[in-house]
Amino acid sequence: MTTKLLQYPLRENAAETLKAASGRRLADVTAESARAGDLSMADFQISADTLRAQAEVARQAGYPQQASNLIRAAELTAVPNAEVLRMYNTLRPGRATHAELVALADLLEQHYQAPECGRMVREAAAIYQTRDLLQK
Amino acid sequence: MPISRRFQLLEQREINRETFVEPWPEAGLIVADSPADPQPSLRVDGGLVVELDGRPRLEFDILDYFIADHGLDLASAEVAMATPSIDIARKLVDINIPRAEILRLASGCTPAKLVEIIRHMNVLEMMMGLGKMRARRTPANQAHVTNRREHPALLAADAAEAALRGFAEIETTVGVARYAPFTALAILVGSQTERGGVLTQCAVEESLGLELAMKGLTTYAETLSVYGTEGTFVDGDDTPWSKAFLSAAYASRGVKIRFTSGTGSEALMGHAQGYSMLYLEARCLIVTRGAGSQGVQNGSISCIALPESLPGGVRAVLAENLLATMLGLEVASGNDALASHSDIRKAAKLMLQFIPGTDFITSGYSAMPRRENLFGGGNFDAEDFDDYSVLQRDMQVDGGTRPISEQEALTIRSEAARAIQAVYAELGFPTITDAEVEAAVLAHGSEEMPARDVVADLAAADKFLPGEQTILTVVRALQSRGFEQVAANLLEMGRQRVAGDYLQTSAIFDRNFKVQSAINDVNDYTGPGSGYRVSGERWQEMQNLPQAKSPRDFIAEQIGTPCVRLAELGPAQSGVNPEVIVAVGPAFGTALTRTINGLDHEAVLAAILTGVASQGLVARVVKVYRTSDCAAIGHAGAQLSGSGISIGLQSRGTTIIHKRGLARLSNLELFSQSPSMTLETYQSIGVNAARYALGQATTPVPVQVDNWARLRLIVKTALLHRHETEQVQDLPPMEMRFDWEPDF
Repeated sequence: MTTKLLQYPLRENAAETLKAASGRRLADVTAESARAGDLSMADFQISADTLRAQAEVARQAGYPQQASNLIRAAELTAVPNAEVLRMYNTLRPGRATHAELVALADLLEQHYQAPECGRMVREAAAIYQTRDLLQK
Repeated sequence: MPISRRFQLLEQREINRETFVEPWPEAGLIVADSPADPQPSLRVDGGLVVELDGRPRLEFDILDYFIADHGLDLASAEVAMATPSIDIARKLVDINIPRAEILRLASGCTPAKLVEIIRHMNVLEMMMGLGKMRARRTPANQAHVTNRREHPALLAADAAEAALRGFAEIETTVGVARYAPFTALAILVGSQTERGGVLTQCAVEESLGLELAMKGLTTYAETLSVYGTEGTFVDGDDTPWSKAFLSAAYASRGVKIRFTSGTGSEALMGHAQGYSMLYLEARCLIVTRGAGSQGVQNGSISCIALPESLPGGVRAVLAENLLATMLGLEVASGNDALASHSDIRKAAKLMLQFIPGTDFITSGYSAMPRRENLFGGGNFDAEDFDDYSVLQRDMQVDGGTRPISEQEALTIRSEAARAIQAVYAELGFPTITDAEVEAAVLAHGSEEMPARDVVADLAAADKFLPGEQTILTVVRALQSRGFEQVAANLLEMGRQRVAGDYLQTSAIFDRNFKVQSAINDVNDYTGPGSGYRVSGERWQEMQNLPQAKSPRDFIAEQIGTPCVRLAELGPAQSGVNPEVIVAVGPAFGTALTRTINGLDHEAVLAAILTGVASQGLVARVVKVYRTSDCAAIGHAGAQLSGSGISIGLQSRGTTIIHKRGLARLSNLELFSQSPSMTLETYQSIGVNAARYALGQATTPVPVQVDNWARLRLIVKTALLHRHETEQVQDLPPMEMRFDWEPDF
């Protein structure tokens, strides 16, 4: 077992270094800051770095597919809520043309630096075409 | 045809309200081994799967593609596919083979290969496998909390009680979708009132579910449904890629995800394509794994009645649970949707998951009455709480819940209802009145709740969902209204969301808000003495049923002031005249003074003597010291009796009519049902004993039989007998004087 795995759970073993998506240190997410109205939802959100660390925990524990999912999740932290919902709906069957799916993959890769998500959408575009699941 | 009364009664039994059908493979009405199911095969060329279970890549459907490209670990596949399926089946039940080795093999198995492994296994073997392959060492359980009127105070109170009962996750859903943000909020606040760390979710349409999660109102999502054929998947308005994207989207917001699948859904949705339910479920499970979900809710779920209508259906449901664990997935193992009219059938089915233990024994134990369950009725309901607790205590099996006292429940229900009331007030939602809070504390169902203004509630919910108020507003509301601990728990839930530990396989939080998952609480079962064992404090709390009593004061009612009218004279002599001996036990009238049903010993004796006297005979009373056994007491009395007839009377009331010359354990009449005895019975026994002594033809005294008496009174019987046995001494039978005169 490696050092990284031994850090799990991060809440106990890496509390000093953990930061929310906002950049606020976990140690600064306190009752006082909540009371003072200093917190925002971004302080309750997991960061891309932490998701990558959890992906590494999953990979080392023998859950490679779950690790890949957490990597994709890390990438999606950069995408706003409404945009994530829109992307999901685009991927549902019969919603998009091949070109629209490829455009989504480009957007993910180039604008959001989300190569794994982009790859998944690109793969879907090809298979949707093969299986007739594109917008008619 | 003549009508058999027995068959007529059988026809009316609950079990015969179910539908039973013969298999029909073409319609997908077959649980396993359909003629259409493929043979296992896997061909890989240059790292690309080119054939899967007999199908070349060019003919793949969306599931085949996803399984081939994401679901299989090709590094393990060569060994796995070359290992005979029976060998893998044997490894599953071999305690010397650890879970990790099975995980490696299963990760390279195609769907048809997985099904072939199961073909070699019976239910007992699968249960052994499930106990070993469950991902989390410690089993747990999930509750459903809903109510028909979607009342927030009742939802919060029921969620708090469910948390108190030990459920690690609480799922809710809505009748009217627009209620979702309020319902999710009520469950969250209620559950965290009892303890921090109960995971909560609200089952709604996928997009709405994601919105709730983003607002911080839920911490897990489990209704990401997957199906075993392309047609069903698309009818479900998703593909494996959209589902995989959705699971990444949830995880990106720190939300634990679990997919849902289950035997029967494809047949129900008309797209089974002639395949067996289990083969299609194996496909679902590999897709689930391929999408990177940490777990699955399976075990047929809402389709349960469909496999149950077919032969081997319940076995197939266990098989799908086992397959999921073999793929390293957390399993919430069904037992949620109403599965049978028959309590026997429901309980028997439950045992398949309850005894081996799964990550969540039920994927939704209905924590309210069935009529309040918006999931369509639970298989086990609030009315069954005590039954469930007793099952845990009976078998020393951890079913993930604990018994609670009424006082504990009312205290926490009250606090939860007041907490949600405070949140509503601070956030400007329609007021929850004190009367509603009070009703929620004591209510069993929503019909006991005051009506709310539905239009106003829905309008407020509509405004809340897209608005600026979030879980943080809720935290501040709780703080400012003095619910510091609830606020602290919600805040810690937020920190945990930032840490993401509960995204890992089989993660829950324990009562100390510590994460417990397949990473830090991995199932290490390798046979007796290993793995999870019920012990220590957990075993204590499982034993402590509120209705359990101390047996020490069970017989207080039978112990009174020693009878003053009964005096011991000295060793008894053999009689020569026609007489009846009434031989009493060593505790009679002294250490014990009343029978099991509360009759005074003096009154019992008087009744017997009255009966004897009515036939013109006299009775002598002797006390037998050397035994507490009823037959032996009677037997000893018969040896002293001038007529050879005796009545043996134990202090608890059990009575025998004995006769000299009979074997000790034989008798003329035996009255073993002491709780049914009345003074009239005792008098009749006196009459009969006298008639036997006079050599008259005698009809046995009719006895009342209460089949439940033994169940009700066996502990008391044992303790009374023990008390009498403690009075046994090495003394001869003693002549007793009973200060009594016949009334006539």
